[in-house]
Amino acid sequence: MITLLTEHFNEPKLHELETYRRLGGYEGLKKALVMGREPLMAEMDKSNLRGLGGAGFGAAMKWRTVTPEAKDPGPRYVVVNCDESEPGCFKDRVLVTRSPHQLIEGLLIAAYAIDARRAFIFIRGEYEVQHGILRQALDDARAAGFIGKSLFDSGFSCDIDLMRGAGAYISGLDTALLETMEGKKAWPRQPPPFPTASGLMGRPTLVHNVETLSMVPHIVLQGGVWFARLGTAKSGGTVLFSVSGHVERPGVYEFPMGAPLKDIIAAAGGVKAGKKLKAVIPGGVSTPVLTAEELDTPMDFEGPRAKGSFLGAGGVIVLDESADMVMVAHNIERFLAHESCGQCTPCRQGSFWHERILERGLNGGGTAEDIATLERAGENITGKVICALGDTVGVVTRALMKKFPQDFKDRFPQRHG
Amino acid sequence: MDKTLRFTLDGRPIEARLGETVLEAATRAGVMIPHYCWHQALGNPGNCRMCIVEVEGAAKPQVSCRLPAREGLVVRSISPAARRAQCSALEFHLVDHPLDCPVCDQSGECGLQDYYMDIGRYKSAMREDKAHAGKRLALGPHIMLDQERCIMCTRCTRFVGQVSKSHELGIFGRGHRQAVDLVPGRALDNPYSGNLADICPVGALTDRDFRFQVRVWYLDSTESICPGCSRGCNIFVHTSTRRPWQNQGRRLARLKPRFSPEVNGHWICDEGRYGFLDFDSKRLGRVMRLKPVSEELSWDRAAQEVAAALRRKPVEGLAVAASGALSNEDWLAFKELFVDTLQARRFLFAPEPDQAGTEDQLLRRREKTPNLEGGKALGFGTKIESLGWDSLAGDIEAGKVWGLYVIDRDPAQAWGGRSRELLERLDLLIYQGPRQCLAGELAHYRLPATAWLEEEGHFTNFQGNVQGYQRALQPLGAAKPDWAIFADLERRLKP
Repeated sequence: MITLLTEHFNEPKLHELETYRRLGGYEGLKKALVMGREPLMAEMDKSNLRGLGGAGFGAAMKWRTVTPEAKDPGPRYVVVNCDESEPGCFKDRVLVTRSPHQLIEGLLIAAYAIDARRAFIFIRGEYEVQHGILRQALDDARAAGFIGKSLFDSGFSCDIDLMRGAGAYISGLDTALLETMEGKKAWPRQPPPFPTASGLMGRPTLVHNVETLSMVPHIVLQGGVWFARLGTAKSGGTVLFSVSGHVERPGVYEFPMGAPLKDIIAAAGGVKAGKKLKAVIPGGVSTPVLTAEELDTPMDFEGPRAKGSFLGAGGVIVLDESADMVMVAHNIERFLAHESCGQCTPCRQGSFWHERILERGLNGGGTAEDIATLERAGENITGKVICALGDTVGVVTRALMKKFPQDFKDRFPQRHG
Repeated sequence: MDKTLRFTLDGRPIEARLGETVLEAATRAGVMIPHYCWHQALGNPGNCRMCIVEVEGAAKPQVSCRLPAREGLVVRSISPAARRAQCSALEFHLVDHPLDCPVCDQSGECGLQDYYMDIGRYKSAMREDKAHAGKRLALGPHIMLDQERCIMCTRCTRFVGQVSKSHELGIFGRGHRQAVDLVPGRALDNPYSGNLADICPVGALTDRDFRFQVRVWYLDSTESICPGCSRGCNIFVHTSTRRPWQNQGRRLARLKPRFSPEVNGHWICDEGRYGFLDFDSKRLGRVMRLKPVSEELSWDRAAQEVAAALRRKPVEGLAVAASGALSNEDWLAFKELFVDTLQARRFLFAPEPDQAGTEDQLLRRREKTPNLEGGKALGFGTKIESLGWDSLAGDIEAGKVWGLYVIDRDPAQAWGGRSRELLERLDLLIYQGPRQCLAGELAHYRLPATAWLEEEGHFTNFQGNVQGYQRALQPLGAAKPDWAIFADLERRLKP
C-alpha cells in the first residue's frame, strides 16, 4: 500500500533538514519553480486534492479563487492552519513533529502558485514541542536558502513566520484564525467575502491545513494524475487517520482515499480486549456517529456523507460495547459549550443548554420530555448559526439519539405523576 | 443618483438601494423584521440571529441583516418557517435570561418582551438552573450593567469603539461564561455614555438616573429640541405627570435622542441628557413687585407698572440683557418691543465667558445656548452689537445706565462678588425668567416666564436649521411665555 506523507516515518531524524534533503526533500519546490505557475496549477487541477482540515474544498479551486494580483494589487498571504484542536485528531501534530520540512516545502509551492511573498504558520498554543521543532526547521531552511530571497534563483522570494495560538478551539476555523492573527478575539467572520478575496489584514489569503499542504510536493513530483488515481473519483491521494478510543494500537495511519472504515480500525489492531464494537465517530467529535453496521463506509469525502456524517479531519474514535452514548453526548457537548466562542446566541446558549440537560440525565433526573427538547433545540441551532461549531452542537446529540435511542431512553425515561 | 432595485418581501415589493441589505431596505420601507444586534449606525455583526428569514432558492434560512438586497429576490419574514426560526432564536436568548421583568427598568420597552409577545408566546422548556453573572455593576456616572440580562448583541462595545471611540467596554471570557465588562482600570465616563442605555435592546444597560423611578408606560413622550448647545439635537422629552408621587415628584423623567440624519444622527451627549434634570428647581410662579413695596400683582397691573417704569427716564440709560435661550418667536417679540417700540440702544446677548464650553467632533458645540442664530436673523449680532458684562458694569458705575431688564440670565455669573452692589445701584431692575437668581431677588419687578418645555417654539441651530419643539408640560403658576410678556408690554408702549 502506497503512503506519501508517512513514507519515511521510520527515519529517526526525518525532522532534520539533512535527512529530508537526502530523501529528495525540496526537489518538489525546485521542480515547481522551474515548471512555472500555470503548469503547476494544471497539475493541481488534475490531482483532486481536497482540503484535509475537514471541509474538503477542492485545493486547486481554492488556489484559483485567490484574487489575482492584476485585479487587486498588493500583498497576498498563505496561512497554514496548524491549530489542530478537534478531539480525536492528532495527525497534524505527528506531521509537524516528524516531517516539518514536508509542510514548509508544500507551503512554499502554494505561496509560489499564488505569488505570496509572505506566509504564516499558525500553530496551536499547546503544541509546544512542535513549535520548537517547526522553529528549528524554519531556521535551518532559511539558512540553507530554501526560505528567503530568490529561491533556487527563480526570482521568487518568500518568508515564513511562525505564530502561536492562545488556546481556543475556534481558532482552528479559518476566519477565526485570521481574527486571532490580527490580535482580535477569535470570533469567526461571516463570509462573504471569503479569505481568498479578503483574509489576513483584508488581503487575499490562502488558508490551508498542514496535511493538505504536505501533499503538495508529492503532487508536483509524481504528477496530478498519478496522485488522483491513488484515491477515489472525487477525492485524490491519501489521507491520514488519527485512530483513538477502544483500539489496541491508537495512532496515525495513512490510507488511500476511500479505504473502508473497517480496514482502518483493523490497522489499529481492532477493538481493544476483543470487545464488541458499538460505534465509530469517523472524523473527530464534530462529525455524527456511525454504528457498527456501517463499517463498510468508504472513507473519502463522499462515503461518510452518504451515511449522514463527514470525513472531517479523519479523527476516528472507536467506541466499544461499554460506551454509554448519553455520556458520549455529554462529553462532546460539554466540550463544545466550553469552546463556543460566544458570538452568536443559538450556539452560545444552545451548547450550554445541551450540556446541562445531558448532565441532568446522567445524574438520574432525565425525563422523556428532555429528548424532545434536545431534538427541537438541536434542530433550531443547526443551519442558523455563524459557523460550523454551532452546527455541530445541534447535529452531534441528535445523531447519537437517532442511532442509539435505547441509551437515551434509559437515561431519559417516561415518568408518571 | 442611487441605483434602486426591487425585491419581494412577504409578497410585497420593496425598493432597495444598491448595497443595502434586506433588513435595511425593509426597515426603510416600514416593515419591521425582528433584530437586536443590527443598528443603523453600528453595523450588522449578525450575532443575534433574530432577523432570520426564508429566501426562495436558498438551502438554509438567512439572517436578513447580512443578506444583500438583489433584484428579484423573494424573501419571507413571516412565513411559518421564518417565524419558527425567529422564535427559536428568541428562545435561546431567553435560556439564561433572568426574566426579572417586574423589577427591570427596561420593562415596557424591552426587545425581549416585544418579540416574545409578537413571535414567541411559547411555553419555556428550560428546566435547568439559570447561569448567574454580575448584577448592579456601576460602569460610570450614568450607566449600570446587569450581565445576566445581557444578550451579547455587542451594540455597546461597538458604540464605544466606533462612535465615542473611547473603548471602555469589552467582551471578556468565552462562550456562555463571557460577559460585557469594563476594560480594567477604566470607567464608562465618556461624554456620550448615556446613549448606551438607549441602544441596549434589553435591560442590561440602564440609566442610573432613571432606575426604579417610574415605569415607562406612565411616561408621555413629546418631540423637542435640546437647548443645551447650538447644535439643537432632536430629542424626545419623557415626562411623568400621571404618578406625581413617583420619581421624587420630578416632572421631567428623561431625555432620549430622536433620529435626525443632518443634525445629531442617533445620539445626544450626556451634558444635554442630564443637564436639565433640575428643570423644576427654583422655579418662579408669581408675578411680583418687590420694590419699593413688595406685592403680588396681576399680569395686567404688572404690565401697566413695568411699561410706565420703562418710559420714566431717557431710553439711552436702559440696558437689556437676553440670551440665546430665546426661541425665534421670543426673539421677534423681543425685537418689536425693545428695538422697534422702545428704541433701546444697549443690548447684551453675547454668552458669558464661562458659557463657552467643551466642543468635540461628534455633537457638542462650544456655544452653549441654542438660539443665537435666531437672534442673528433679526439683526442681533449683525446690525445690533452686544455689550460685554464688563462694559455694562462700567456704564452702571459711571451712572450712564439707570435701568436693566434681564431676561433669564444671571449677572452674578459674570460679576461675582460685585453683583449685588452693581444691581442695587440701578433705579429699575426687571427680572423675567423661569428660575430664581440674584437678579430676581434684587429686582423691582420679577416676571415669571415659562421654561423651555412649557411652551412650543423654534430654535435655529448653528447650521441654520429651523427646528420646532412642542409643549411637553403645563406652565407653573402664573408663568407666561417670554414672547407673550414682550407683546403685552409692546401693546401698552406703542404710541
